[in-house]
Amino acid sequence: MEILVASAIGLMTATGLFLILQGRSFPVIVGLTFLSYAVNAFLFAMGRLTVDRPPIITAGAAYTDPLPQALVLTAIVISFGMTALIVVLGLRGFLETGSDRTDLSLANAAEEHGPAPAGEDSSRERGGAARA
Amino acid sequence: MNNWIIMPAVLPAFTAAFLLLTLRHRPQAQRIVSIVATALGLLVAIGLAVEASDGVAQAYRLGDWPAPFGIVLVLDRLSATLLVLTGVLALCVVLYASAGWDRRGQHFHTLLQFQLLGINGAFLTGDVFNLFVFFEVMLIASYGLMLHGGGPARLKAGFHYVAINLIASALFLIGVGLIYAVTGTLNMADLALKVPEVVPADQGLLKAGALLLFLVFATKAALVPLHWWLPSTYAATSAPAAAIFMIMTKVGAYAILRVYGLVFGAEAGALALVAAPFVLPAAVVTLLLGTVGVVGSRSLRSLSAFAIVASMGTLLIALGLFDAAGVAAALYYIVHSSLAGAALFLLAGLVLEGRGAMGDRLLPGPAMRGEVLVGGLFLLCAVAMVGLPPLSGFLGKVMILEAVRSSASWPWLWALILGTSLALTLGFVRAGAVLFWASGPAGEGPRRRLDPLPLTAIVLLLALAGAWTGAAGPAMVWMDEVARQSLDRASYVEAVLGPTNHRSGGLGE
Repeated sequence: MEILVASAIGLMTATGLFLILQGRSFPVIVGLTFLSYAVNAFLFAMGRLTVDRPPIITAGAAYTDPLPQALVLTAIVISFGMTALIVVLGLRGFLETGSDRTDLSLANAAEEHGPAPAGEDSSRERGGAARA
Repeated sequence: MNNWIIMPAVLPAFTAAFLLLTLRHRPQAQRIVSIVATALGLLVAIGLAVEASDGVAQAYRLGDWPAPFGIVLVLDRLSATLLVLTGVLALCVVLYASAGWDRRGQHFHTLLQFQLLGINGAFLTGDVFNLFVFFEVMLIASYGLMLHGGGPARLKAGFHYVAINLIASALFLIGVGLIYAVTGTLNMADLALKVPEVVPADQGLLKAGALLLFLVFATKAALVPLHWWLPSTYAATSAPAAAIFMIMTKVGAYAILRVYGLVFGAEAGALALVAAPFVLPAAVVTLLLGTVGVVGSRSLRSLSAFAIVASMGTLLIALGLFDAAGVAAALYYIVHSSLAGAALFLLAGLVLEGRGAMGDRLLPGPAMRGEVLVGGLFLLCAVAMVGLPPLSGFLGKVMILEAVRSSASWPWLWALILGTSLALTLGFVRAGAVLFWASGPAGEGPRRRLDPLPLTAIVLLLALAGAWTGAAGPAMVWMDEVARQSLDRASYVEAVLGPTNHRSGGLGE
């Protein structure tokens, strides 16, 4: 079981890293999700792998470490929220610059059209200009 | 148990919720509540600093669970000092933003209060996983603040910023997991006791965990080669957000000091000072690259961002010594560089507004209104950032030079710090000359009037930087005590785990 869990974590991490290194925001987001799955599984395994044991301490009986479960719950909540945020961010970036690429030069090119963004409306216009 | 210790976290949390729930559509009321709450937070921080000045660390056990099992907050001189600094900076930023910046997007004040919750919590917590949680609170709020106002450049830079921090968070969790797997605890005081006792077979794993954590803190502190996010983020975000982010790089430096000065400090047996061999070389390169960036920047905001990278390099050179003199000098410099850096970013915001279509690009353009005043303030900011007398940067650098004398390579470090100071001066002189001396006649069209509130905030920050020079004597005495306490493992452990020094070996206790 150890080998199975360890290689699964390794595979997910490797997939995540490979995708994060891509130049478009969608693969990066999927890669980050893979990375967070790997981290969650890793954290979970850090209390040692125990099968069929309750995370409750009773005198004399074997138990599984409850703390990593609490940690992993926190980590899941945070990574879930962050994934939602970065999806929205990637989408807004695509809508405003007309490109899914993650390099900054495109955004700077859009910025050159005028002064610093004053509000949502003007940036929409400039996003349109960059698309056109 | 002193209940005030939790106030720096509770006050912004409740303020943020209150702003969000009741004052959503009343910007003026939001401003007043935010300013009052931030000022109150500063008062609480000052009260806690007075409390901590007796030199005894105090632990606050949440829910009154005994120490290694429950979460603790720890108030000592170091955390109290940084809480006061955060309060001062936040107050100036709130004042600046209340002149109109806060209406460019939604929920500026709410996000700022949540960010204060995260920063204050990170300074207070005595638990590594709790440090992760407060880091996340701070970062989540910072994502919102960073994007405040919108625009394509900000969105793209924001994507990078969020992505790099998510990767850093993943590394943080892996590091925390490894440390827990080996030691079975995440309480910093308990860790400080258990790390020296780890059996040799597990030391490799623990070292890997410790160094992964170091990577995370180095990313936050913008240590080369993990600094690339900083210039693009700070240069793309709004002035008040960049100014409050000033303290976030310091949270990274604080975490390095807390974890590698205390848990993996000099008394940690086989893992003593595990990060020390990396801090100094990386800090040297950070200072060099930051300086190159300042000289080569094409806009004032990017120049300011690289100046921050350079200042992080300078302070981590001192911090990397991990001795009392080095840490004291670094702490004095942390206060200075936060104040000066925030002033510089707020000023860059004014320049950006004032120059209209030219923005903050370092090209000659039409003169902005209040050029003499803004130019004069820029001169003061530059003097402070570069480290010329009479502002506090000068004394800060002198103290750092003094502290590195204990290092074997001090002639090189002296040459580096002094040489980069000269290059930084050149960079700032070039920027100032282009922006304020080479400007043509005033352009046409409506231009913004200089608001008194932002100017007040900048002048306040610079005046504090000046006062920090004037108070250098007592400040240094204080910082010496802070440094000694922050490296004193025994007193920290005693404060958290109690005087009996029990080993909390099993759950049967």
